[in-house]
Amino acid sequence: MKAIITVLGHDQVGIIGKVCSYLSEQGINILDISQTIIQGYFNMMMIVDLSTGKDIKFEALGEGLDELGRGIGVSVRLQHEDIFNTMHRI
Amino acid sequence: MISLMEVQETNKMIQEANLDVRTITMGISLLDCADSDLERFNTKVYDKITKCAENLVKTGDELANTFGIPIVNKRISITPIAIAGAGCNADSFVSTAKALDKAAEAVGVNFIGGYSALVQKGSTEADKALVRSIPQALSETNRVCSSVNVASTRSGINMNAVKKMGQIIKEMAELTAERDSIACAKFVVFCNAVEDNPFMAGAFHGPGERDSVINVGVSGPGVVKRALEQVRGADFETLCETVKRTAFKITRVGQLIAQEASKRLNTPFGIIDLSLAPTPAIGDSIAEIIQEMGLEQPGAPGTTAAVAILNDNVKKGGVMASSYVGGLSGAFIPVSEDNGMIEAARVGALTLEKLEAMTCVCSVGLDMVAIPGDTPAETISGVIADEMAIGMINSKTTAVRVIPVAGKKVGETASFGGLLGYAPVMPVNLFSCKDFINRGGRIPAPIHSFKN
Repeated sequence: MKAIITVLGHDQVGIIGKVCSYLSEQGINILDISQTIIQGYFNMMMIVDLSTGKDIKFEALGEGLDELGRGIGVSVRLQHEDIFNTMHRI
Repeated sequence: MISLMEVQETNKMIQEANLDVRTITMGISLLDCADSDLERFNTKVYDKITKCAENLVKTGDELANTFGIPIVNKRISITPIAIAGAGCNADSFVSTAKALDKAAEAVGVNFIGGYSALVQKGSTEADKALVRSIPQALSETNRVCSSVNVASTRSGINMNAVKKMGQIIKEMAELTAERDSIACAKFVVFCNAVEDNPFMAGAFHGPGERDSVINVGVSGPGVVKRALEQVRGADFETLCETVKRTAFKITRVGQLIAQEASKRLNTPFGIIDLSLAPTPAIGDSIAEIIQEMGLEQPGAPGTTAAVAILNDNVKKGGVMASSYVGGLSGAFIPVSEDNGMIEAARVGALTLEKLEAMTCVCSVGLDMVAIPGDTPAETISGVIADEMAIGMINSKTTAVRVIPVAGKKVGETASFGGLLGYAPVMPVNLFSCKDFINRGGRIPAPIHSFKN
């Protein structure tokens, strides 16, 4: 199952690094990353493959990422990719 | 592959424009609970509901978490009790209402709809017993919603029932006088009621439905308003296209949630209801869409046209986004639940008569309108008769949910709490319709109903 991780917040050193390390600890493979900075705000999305992950539940992973985000002062969200596919692709 | 921009667009709809799934409603048939003993019937009803809907709330919460979109309500609709309980030969179904209330509390849903009767052509003994017991049932329970269908395009209008509705609305207003007559907020009178409506207070599981089913109501007035801000001043073609495109996207989310809920609950998917439903929250309002179209306040000349545009284009966009569309699929204009409508009523821009006009082109009915507590029962019946006539002649669903707030006068405010919101008491035309209502009998079906 693929999921989308979005990171939103004030730009600072090491955001991508910290999120990537956390995912790597969970054995989750990153398929794609894109990012942009709009008026000092850091916007990033990652497409990740959860099937490679260790035995971690979707809810637990979401909470883990949320906690990580709060630690560095940015918002990190995990969502199933289907909400985006259904809305933007026919 | 999905782009960053698309992901941002979706998440902005959710986080900034209040996009949500308004309700996942599980329809449950109670036909197999029929019994000649009322107590046994109540037990069977309780057992069936708590078994079928055991995982409804949990699944709804899981889906909200997985897709990152709020699912505001999880609810249940049931076979009209006057049909399912007809075999009991009961004088009153208040004990059934209490069993329903208990079942709703046990599975954690905030409302259960279907304490209902379909009497468009006449009443059975069970229908009469149920209707009689509605005021007591709604004043002694918290989660039970009730509806009565008193008219249809195929059958005409049952004016005996219309007369009775005025009386029971007054009665339930008095019974809950200390809570701003809240029982009336849980009761709807219908013309052409639909069997698969997921929205309260009018939801029931029609006799033509399967054993259990998942119906979903989407929402998103805030998203439509945001989209229209981007095309301010553009012509009507652009306006309509924008609403259509936005409705498509909103409905796709509903379709996804409906299919996933159906899979996880092992219950067939019924329909998506395309109604845009507001909440009292700022930025989640139909009134704000009407203002964004260019009207100072809802109720100003042009409002009926604006509502027609909105509703037609929501349908055009939504129909293609879902495999099965049903329910009411019209704009809801519940006055007390829409911050902009409350304000329009308060400043006198919006009147009962204008709301009635809006129901001709789209809106489902006079919904959550507070009127003075001393309004005579016959006048309420007259208001209902007008609304039923609009539905009957235009072959559409119309409804009346008015609250004659006990002890309150025009200009005072009634407060219902939570999603039901608050409303200024609106004036009603007080010229008498008593002799008209007291005629009794039935208004025959209109000529254009003879289509065969």
